[in-house]
Amino acid sequence: MAEKLLEISGLRAGIEGKEILKGLDICVNKGEVHVILGPNGSGKSTLMNVIMGHPKYEVSAGSILFEAEDLAPFKTFERARKGLFLSFQNPEEIPGITVENMLRTAKQAASGQPVKIMAFKKELKKKMEMLRMDPAYAARYMNVGFSGGEKKRNEILQLLLLNPKLAMLDETDSGLDIDAVQIVSAGVKEFHTEENSCLIITHNTKILEQLSVDQVHILMGGRIIQTGGASLIEEINAKGFTHLLDV
Amino acid sequence: MEKKKTFVEDIERSLYDIKNEDRPLYRSDTGLTAQIIRDISREKNDPVWMQEFRLQSLETYSQLPLPAWGPSLAELDMDKIVTYVKPDAKLTGDWTEVPADIKETFDRLGIAEAEKDSLAGVGAQYDSEVVYHSIKQELVAQGVIYTDMESALREHEDIVKEYFMKLVPPKDHKFVALHGAVWSGGSFVYVPEGVHVDIPLQSYFRLNSPGAGQFEHTLIIVEKNASLHFIEGCSAPKYNVTNLHAGCVELYVKEGARLRYSTIENWSRNMMNLNTKRALVEKDGIIEWVSGSFGSHISMLYPCSVLVGENAKAEFTGVTFASSGQTLDTGAIVVHAAPHTSSNISTRSISKDGGVVVYRGAVKVTNEAHHAKSSVNCESLMLDDHSRSDTLPVIDVMADEVDIGHEAKIGRISEEAVFYLMSRGISEEEAKAMIVRGFVEPIAKELPLEYAVEMNNLVNIELEGTMG
Repeated sequence: MAEKLLEISGLRAGIEGKEILKGLDICVNKGEVHVILGPNGSGKSTLMNVIMGHPKYEVSAGSILFEAEDLAPFKTFERARKGLFLSFQNPEEIPGITVENMLRTAKQAASGQPVKIMAFKKELKKKMEMLRMDPAYAARYMNVGFSGGEKKRNEILQLLLLNPKLAMLDETDSGLDIDAVQIVSAGVKEFHTEENSCLIITHNTKILEQLSVDQVHILMGGRIIQTGGASLIEEINAKGFTHLLDV
Repeated sequence: MEKKKTFVEDIERSLYDIKNEDRPLYRSDTGLTAQIIRDISREKNDPVWMQEFRLQSLETYSQLPLPAWGPSLAELDMDKIVTYVKPDAKLTGDWTEVPADIKETFDRLGIAEAEKDSLAGVGAQYDSEVVYHSIKQELVAQGVIYTDMESALREHEDIVKEYFMKLVPPKDHKFVALHGAVWSGGSFVYVPEGVHVDIPLQSYFRLNSPGAGQFEHTLIIVEKNASLHFIEGCSAPKYNVTNLHAGCVELYVKEGARLRYSTIENWSRNMMNLNTKRALVEKDGIIEWVSGSFGSHISMLYPCSVLVGENAKAEFTGVTFASSGQTLDTGAIVVHAAPHTSSNISTRSISKDGGVVVYRGAVKVTNEAHHAKSSVNCESLMLDDHSRSDTLPVIDVMADEVDIGHEAKIGRISEEAVFYLMSRGISEEEAKAMIVRGFVEPIAKELPLEYAVEMNNLVNIELEGTMG
């Protein structure tokens, strides 16, 4: 039997008293790729922020289990250390902290072990090459002055170096040109193995072409209104979301 | 769950707060009278013209009002300030001749260590007089002069007379007038034409005596195509009476010369720091100010660069950290008085625990200074709700075809940035520390290496729970 990695049951959550997720169930097994589709404002980003433990969001009901452990008592950084990762839709700019310094600190924090500098530099360089990032960016401040595409590649760079168990990608492909989408997509493919999983929010199915999608969830109005196989993507592409409401 | 409050630690001050016994050789009466000035002048063996200068400055002082702007100076009572405290130590170039307690003080501050490793010359002032001075022989051979102001006045009287308080005349404001009357100690540097002093010189000013004032005068002349890096450091132990610092710095940067003037100020929180610094920069000359303001109760400090020659440049890089009981009113002034002059001002300030930081600066462009260029960037970070930060820039442009940019940002630690770092497995505490360190990083990397400890302490952050 497939091993459950992430199991969300009856999740209700919101921000500043306003409920956004209204009872939501998703189960992602090890090795699976899940896609969440849904119109703007349906709660997709909220879901990922809630899974990651963003302090601004309140969970009012339900549970999120990760490897059968309830995440509720854990802070964001503890969840990250357990193997959760979020690729942000709008990655923060952090002046004064270089990409290399940030990644080394994160890796050290995640592993609890001192990182060997030379080996780390080598790995960083290799991954940057793969993502066709200028190696000079390692010495630049986190996302400061990066273009939209560079920020997204920088997210995937972090994904590859931190190698989590669950990668949540929040519209990592949005605003990218076709070449950049392919680079990002290749990065996700490089990351994905039988041992880890992906939960992907996208409006653009290009990013999925190199991946084999196990399940597609349609999120509308804070609920999963339909779950299906990869074929659901084509249906949405052809007919849009609203026809689902008529069913 | 017990909720612990997040806080950023103050700068570790125990190193600075060790007090020595106050045992001066001579101590002037408190307050300011012509007789006190004459007594100081006699103690210092001034030439006649200097005694006259002091008395005239006192006259000017009594005529000038307190500044009508800036932080309140109501707590300063000049009748209680001792303006001259002569330490029981003779000026020497040999640390073993410095009295043990005074030597220990400078040892703790790392002065002697830095002298061995990274400096070409050192001056150390204790209360009102310089007690130690040294300079590498190679520099002496090249004609470089680095000495205390008193020796300069004796040995190079003509140069001192030509430059002393010409750039910052006593009539400028009340506290330079005061300085003109009671100045004592400080450094004199002369770098001859074409000589590059590759390793920095450093003067350190230590005020040990409670209720005293320190009024050191620093006069630096960097001749044509010469260069110098000068570092000044200052500190004092904390007393429960007001101490006063009203130093004066005059810098002459001649044609094609370059001077970097770095300051780390770590006065105790009973200090009124009313300091005046000015540089006159000729054609193609460059002045670079690097300034770290961490201490004092109240500071008013606005280093000024007057660009009088074509292509002259001024750079100002500053970091200010104000905590409980501190009002640090600082900034930079640049006067563009010649064509194609340029200036670049970049500051970062942090306030916490009720501390107040004010950036107060001015860029003036005279009608001759066409094609002047200036860029001002001030950013401040407030670590809690009861701290304050203000930005008061003045831009006054009288010429056409100039390029002036100003950018100011006042903010808090971004919760989204903390969440971003935490989502990578970095603890909340470390995430916040990284953000604060990152905030000052562009400035920190300009500070002299020996002062890295100050910056490390600055971001020695202990955080648990949420901010606020």
